[in-house]
Amino acid sequence: MTAARRASAYLTTHARTRLALLLAAPLTWLVLVYVVALAALLVTALWTVDSFTGEITQTWTLDNIVTVVTGALYQAVTLRTIAVALLVTVIDIAVALPIAFFMAKVASPRLQRVLVVAVLMPLWASYLVKAYAWRSVLAEGGVADWATGGNSPGFGLPATIMTLAYLWLPYVILPIYAGLERVPDSLLEASSDLGAPTAQTLRLIVLPMLWPAIIAGSIFSFSLSLGDYITVNIVGGANQLLGNLVYTNVGAANNLPLAAAIALVPIVIMFVYLGAVRRTGALENL
Amino acid sequence: MRLSTPARVILGAVTALVLAVVYLPLLVVLANSFSTSRNLAWPPPGLTLEWWGRAFRSQGALDALLTSVQIALAATAVALVLGTLISLALQRQAFFGRDAVSLLVILPIALPGIVTGIALNNAFRTILDVRLGIATIIVAHATFCIVTVFNNVLARLRRTGTNLEEASADLGAGVWTTFRLVTFPQLRSALFAGGLLAFALSFDEIIVTTFTTGSGVTTLPIWILDNLFRPNQAPIVSVIAVVLVVISILPISIAQRIGGAEQVTK
Repeated sequence: MTAARRASAYLTTHARTRLALLLAAPLTWLVLVYVVALAALLVTALWTVDSFTGEITQTWTLDNIVTVVTGALYQAVTLRTIAVALLVTVIDIAVALPIAFFMAKVASPRLQRVLVVAVLMPLWASYLVKAYAWRSVLAEGGVADWATGGNSPGFGLPATIMTLAYLWLPYVILPIYAGLERVPDSLLEASSDLGAPTAQTLRLIVLPMLWPAIIAGSIFSFSLSLGDYITVNIVGGANQLLGNLVYTNVGAANNLPLAAAIALVPIVIMFVYLGAVRRTGALENL
Repeated sequence: MRLSTPARVILGAVTALVLAVVYLPLLVVLANSFSTSRNLAWPPPGLTLEWWGRAFRSQGALDALLTSVQIALAATAVALVLGTLISLALQRQAFFGRDAVSLLVILPIALPGIVTGIALNNAFRTILDVRLGIATIIVAHATFCIVTVFNNVLARLRRTGTNLEEASADLGAGVWTTFRLVTFPQLRSALFAGGLLAFALSFDEIIVTTFTTGSGVTTLPIWILDNLFRPNQAPIVSVIAVVLVVISILPISIAQRIGGAEQVTK
């Protein structure tokens, strides 16, 4: 028996070893690169920067976290960011539901294929291209000005919300569409045969089955909005979101510990959110 | 549930309207790429092909494109290997901590990009003390690309089941032979779809990239961002934007064709 055959026979009968071998490389990577990095971020948030040399000194302090939690600027920006992310998510779900429903349950198979491509294509077009496209629409003297006779909303928070909702729309449509595809037509027919009006069928049959998919879509739009600082730079005028504060503190202000402390805010928000939706089974729908 | 005709018409109209809004800005970019205006004025005061010529001679843009492709290819390769291994482990065996592992795979994409970015920036700079550059971008991109391969392969493994693999083992094939001749051919198109998505994700990524790139390394998104606010470069950015949208048709149509072929053979 060759070595290869012996190894193969051993692996066939030893499931634990097989599992360990399969998991070794990916787990090492994810733990070393990601978990350690996240833990280090928490540790860095507890350090401080020497105001003379600009070097990080490893004195333990809660100052950064206290600053972020109590500082008026940070509170305002955090609330603004959460509000933007929530609005973007609500807009996306409201727009995605009718489209996904039309794609999955009304359109002919042929039209369905065309629509999937039509929804997918902007997803593959670059993120920056799309943000930039809205910049060209909203720019002074641009399309929006021309169409409204100079009354374009221009750059600002509404433009940021609109652009973010535009950017993440395909990420919300696709899981909801996939979720609707899994609702069997026969179930809907049975419901109507038993006398339920359309609204009732939607509420009692479709919505409960679709819920995990909607949550999955919301994780994308909420998380992506929560960490964005580039769109707000491109179309947001002078407004700042959490991402901008992190970015300036890593770069221009050179205060990595403070940046780390600010980054803990979206981490905490996302963990609370993921924890809250874990039971819905949404994470399997991502 | 039977939808009334007005309901169907309204749903169709909403879909058409939203798609129009989705494509309108992209059409504006297309028009601007031919405009003589340097500051996105509308309607275009005149038409020119100058920007198209300048874009294809722009060394900065071409170099950035090459860098982006290299990074995306490397990150995709790593993600394909790691994503396949982890989905085989998770789908074929139940073990303690399985949910934790699957959460760990999802986390890099579920947490905002800025978190992944600053966490890795901090780890590379203060713990490992490595120089930021192409290698650090590849590591960062591969980390959040694993999930796309993982999702695709996991869904495929769920669908195919274990019958064929068991038959292969019963007929005396070893672990490796079974994987090469039975499991892998079943996974091939799922790997392609996952890999394609990973490539696109990496190619387009800007937030994590700005935190993990070093001086002198410019990916295409970074180049676009650098040039977005320069008045003379805006029309060239429009050209590159149009080219990117047009190129993106290729992977979508390939993915659709593969998906369509599978619908037929399923």
